[in-house]
Amino acid sequence: MPLTNELRDDILASVPSLRAFAISLSGNGDRADDLVQETLLRALANIDSFQPGSNLPAWLFTILRNLFRSDYRKRRREVEDAEGNYAKTLKSQPGQNAHLEFEEFRRALDKLPQDQREALILVGASGFSYEDAAAICGCAIGTIKSRVNRARTKLSTLLYVEGAEDFGPDGTVRAVIGGNG
Amino acid sequence: MTDMKKPARQGGLNAEIQSRIGHQLRAMYDEVVRQGVPDRFAELIRKLDSPEGAPAVNNDGRD
Repeated sequence: MPLTNELRDDILASVPSLRAFAISLSGNGDRADDLVQETLLRALANIDSFQPGSNLPAWLFTILRNLFRSDYRKRRREVEDAEGNYAKTLKSQPGQNAHLEFEEFRRALDKLPQDQREALILVGASGFSYEDAAAICGCAIGTIKSRVNRARTKLSTLLYVEGAEDFGPDGTVRAVIGGNG
Repeated sequence: MTDMKKPARQGGLNAEIQSRIGHQLRAMYDEVVRQGVPDRFAELIRKLDSPEGAPAVNNDGRD
């Protein structure tokens, strides 16, 4: 469809969540914004292929996700020094403890396989349905569900099993997680 | 044992841990969402609005 004012406004309204998705995927604020910019340029250049009435955020997220993946293959090594860059993109810093916890979470998220990380973000943070997330990633709904489950299991292992004493001395958490691994 | 209730399970995970992970994930994400639209993107879309990619001038509704 042509680029109407309404469509332009809708694209603009998607920018905050596109940035959040890009930063969550890449862990790097500058790179994320470049990714968003490229996504917007591509979306506007291909606006004729957008079906009126279909899910605009899902369409934009698909573009960004595909750009990230082709970019990622080229720049795999840079992921390792993405650590800490994310925090610089925040305008207000959380408190000290919250901040440490946050860094720890970010590091754990970066350790997930990419398929699992993107599935978890789309479903758990962006709020897409399993169906939309599957369309964005170009895979089956069951695949998305299993990726999300594996991502959660892995994150809980990384974040909470190594520090299982926080959850009581009897190792319940370890047993619960290990039992179904 | 100090637990008052049995930990609920969801897909083999302790529900409390799952909800903490969900909360952290959304906190990270929403922090960025709350930053809104940076100027560079608002400008980019405004520029591309006009057919030749030229910035729209004399179009501020004053006539």
